[in-house]
Amino acid sequence: MAIIVFFVLAVTCTGSVLGMIFSRNQATSALLLVLAFAALGGVFGLLGAPFLAVVQVIIYAGAIMVLFIFVIMMINIRQGIAPDKKTWIIILACAMAAVLLAELAFAARGSLPGAGVAGPGVTPTELGRLLFTTYAYPFELTSVLILAALAGAIVLVKKREP
Amino acid sequence: MKDLFWLIPFPSAASALVLILFGRLLSRKWVTIQACGTVFVSFLLGLFSFAGLLGASAEPLPWVKVLFPWIRAGAFGADFGFQFDPLSAVMVLVVTGVGFLIHVYSAGYMAHDRSYTRYFSHLNLFMAAMLILVLASNMVLMFVGWEGVGLCSYLLIGFWFEKKSASDAGKKAFIVNRIGDAGFLLGLLFLLTVVGSSDFTAINGAVRGGTIGGGLATLIALLLFVGATGKSAQIPLYIWLPDAMEGPTPVSALIHAATMVTAGVYMVARLNVLFSASSAASDVVGIIGAATAVFAATMALTQNDIKRVLAYSTISQLGYMFLGCGVGAYAAGVFHLVTHAFFKSLLFLSAGSVIHALSGEQDMRKMGGLRKYLPRTYPPFLVGAIAISGVPFLSGFFSKDAILTSAFAQGKTTLWALGLAGAIMTAFYMFRLIFMTFHGPERISEEAKAHLHESPKVMTVPLAILAVFSILAGYVGLPAILGEKADLFRRFLAPVIVPAAETRPLSAGAEWILILASVAAAFAGILIAYVFYVRSPRLPQALAERLPFVYKLLYNKYYIDEAVGAVVIRPLVRGSELVYSGFDLKVVDGALNGSAAAAGFFGKVLSLFQTGFVKDYAFAFLLGVALILGALLF
Amino acid sequence: MTVPTGYFFVLSLILFVLGIVAFFVKRDLISQFMAIEVMLNSANLAFLALARESHFADAQAVVFFVITVAAAEAAIGLAIVLVIFRRRKSIRTADLSSLKG
Repeated sequence: MAIIVFFVLAVTCTGSVLGMIFSRNQATSALLLVLAFAALGGVFGLLGAPFLAVVQVIIYAGAIMVLFIFVIMMINIRQGIAPDKKTWIIILACAMAAVLLAELAFAARGSLPGAGVAGPGVTPTELGRLLFTTYAYPFELTSVLILAALAGAIVLVKKREP
Repeated sequence: MKDLFWLIPFPSAASALVLILFGRLLSRKWVTIQACGTVFVSFLLGLFSFAGLLGASAEPLPWVKVLFPWIRAGAFGADFGFQFDPLSAVMVLVVTGVGFLIHVYSAGYMAHDRSYTRYFSHLNLFMAAMLILVLASNMVLMFVGWEGVGLCSYLLIGFWFEKKSASDAGKKAFIVNRIGDAGFLLGLLFLLTVVGSSDFTAINGAVRGGTIGGGLATLIALLLFVGATGKSAQIPLYIWLPDAMEGPTPVSALIHAATMVTAGVYMVARLNVLFSASSAASDVVGIIGAATAVFAATMALTQNDIKRVLAYSTISQLGYMFLGCGVGAYAAGVFHLVTHAFFKSLLFLSAGSVIHALSGEQDMRKMGGLRKYLPRTYPPFLVGAIAISGVPFLSGFFSKDAILTSAFAQGKTTLWALGLAGAIMTAFYMFRLIFMTFHGPERISEEAKAHLHESPKVMTVPLAILAVFSILAGYVGLPAILGEKADLFRRFLAPVIVPAAETRPLSAGAEWILILASVAAAFAGILIAYVFYVRSPRLPQALAERLPFVYKLLYNKYYIDEAVGAVVIRPLVRGSELVYSGFDLKVVDGALNGSAAAAGFFGKVLSLFQTGFVKDYAFAFLLGVALILGALLF
Repeated sequence: MTVPTGYFFVLSLILFVLGIVAFFVKRDLISQFMAIEVMLNSANLAFLALARESHFADAQAVVFFVITVAAAEAAIGLAIVLVIFRRRKSIRTADLSSLKG
């Protein structure tokens, strides 16, 4: 049962990403990516991380990608992007990526079969306890980080007063 | 009091330091008092130490005081130590005594000079270095003083360094000295290797004990003598001394007459045990001394610059001192050193007085008849000339005669004959100088005549004092025929200087004949000079025209300077230019520039990687990750 | 029957490589930025698989932080893209080469 769910989600995710690669339109790419991240959220849930699954959907799919869409709309490029002059880099890069894939697969070969250990997963309570005790300091720091990002983004984009 | 002899160099050293560092802040009056005063203090210390020696103490000589262990490098060591014995006493008294008078004289002579303080700082530094040289208890420390006086000689000869000839002369002096020092160092190194120490007591012990045998002794002695020829201006390293007259006249008096140039003689006398052990080395010393004595005298015959005559005279008289040492009469050589210090510095200072009076004129052809204008300069000058000529009853006679008699007594008749010839020439050129300068028709320029004035007392009083010493100093070393006890000087030095065995002991009659010969030589020279320059003034000119070749040769100093320039200096300069253009520019600079160019080239190549495109950079990342991962995995 | 952890790793790998390829294929800044997000997510997935594999709950906390930081980074990055567009009137990476040399 779980496997079927997994495969559905995996195929959705991969397919969306592939679609994003082949799409010419940035808006289409963004929307496809929203779908991909949502599927990924589901996969997170399968992995026994319910809290993170929800966080993924809300923040990644729901906030970050929306931000992307906002910017795409603001930039509003009508004409298509002209093809690149140097295509050999793309081919070479794909080759290197394949090599990397092979290497990583080789590195992970030990755990590929891996018996699926089904645990109850990590409950939000546990995660919360972890976040507020062991990782309390980074937790507070990230809030500062977000504040900085907020302020920074505003300052960057602000139009100069003429 | 006698234990304080080791303090002797320090007053002058301290004064020199103060003057170098703070001289600009001090008034001229204070500088004079300090500079002259410290030398006087050293003189007093020397006097007290000397008195201590006389008060026949039972302490073994030499008194040695080690201030601190200076160099300790494995087997090689040298202490910073001073020693005091009769020879040191003689040298210290001469250096500080004459030095003090010259300091006082300088206060007057240099009164109008811009760099008054610098002059005295150099002069004091010189005194300190010379005293270290003379008091050192080992040869390494002596070498420190040796180099120190060489340095001060350079500084003082080139004192008026804005004048090219002066700075050139300073350079020449230093470089020629250094050539001699190479010999000195080699000799020193041999001594250190063979004896293990450079202490004079150790060296003497080694020679007496046979550690330094005949051949080795000859080698070491000759090497050290090379150093002496450089410092004391003997053949072949005398060429710097005439040029050194570019310096102020008191400098010529102090350094190039009384003290520095005598350092070579002092060294040979100090090492008399070593030199006596090698008859070959002593012969070389004697021959070179005699040859120099005559050679320099011939060049003095024709010089027109008053200081140049005195310079060649100095070289010649130094030759006499070495002649004395070479025949084993070290005491006689040192005796001549002392008397020469008095009358030569007297002559130089008097010449300075004449030059000062004539507002800087040094050419004797532009002098004449000055006798009546310089009543306080002429008598001392005359006394000096009489003394150096060897006229009886003045000091020069006694010391020169002692040398010549010893030479004859050792069987070295040729050397004696050369010495005698030199004596005739000495008398001649000295009185030529007197007659040309003070007698005869006046050839003074109008300008000089207008400012003609006698020198101030601060200059003429030292002249008088030196004149008195030039007369009286001889009486400490009366010839042996007047009784064995009469030669006080030789007896005083006996603990230090080994008396040489006479191969041909002289009878009283023979000695009297020799004395008579010396006297005759002196008067002959004076007479000839009188004839040439007072009676028939056209005679010198006529003679020069009759023998133009000879005259030219003598006048141009045998063209030796030119020869040295062509044979030694020019090839060296050309050689270094070749090395410079061929090696230094091409190889060294080439390597340097080449490596810089290579770095630049690599930089350019690497900058090709920075295209500015994100994709290219990302590709580089990817490549790197793949490679590293691959390396880690496999 | 539960899903073997290995499957999750495989998915993560595939997504990562796809993200790399996407980065190189795309010619404008925004799309390349999106490719980077894909790569980040694949890493998150790997972390969670690890957490499950070795019962290491801290890995989930790490994922939490990664998501947070990715959000902040996206905000700033997009702001920069906006500013670049305003200046250069183009977001083609081929036009943006002022770091040359």
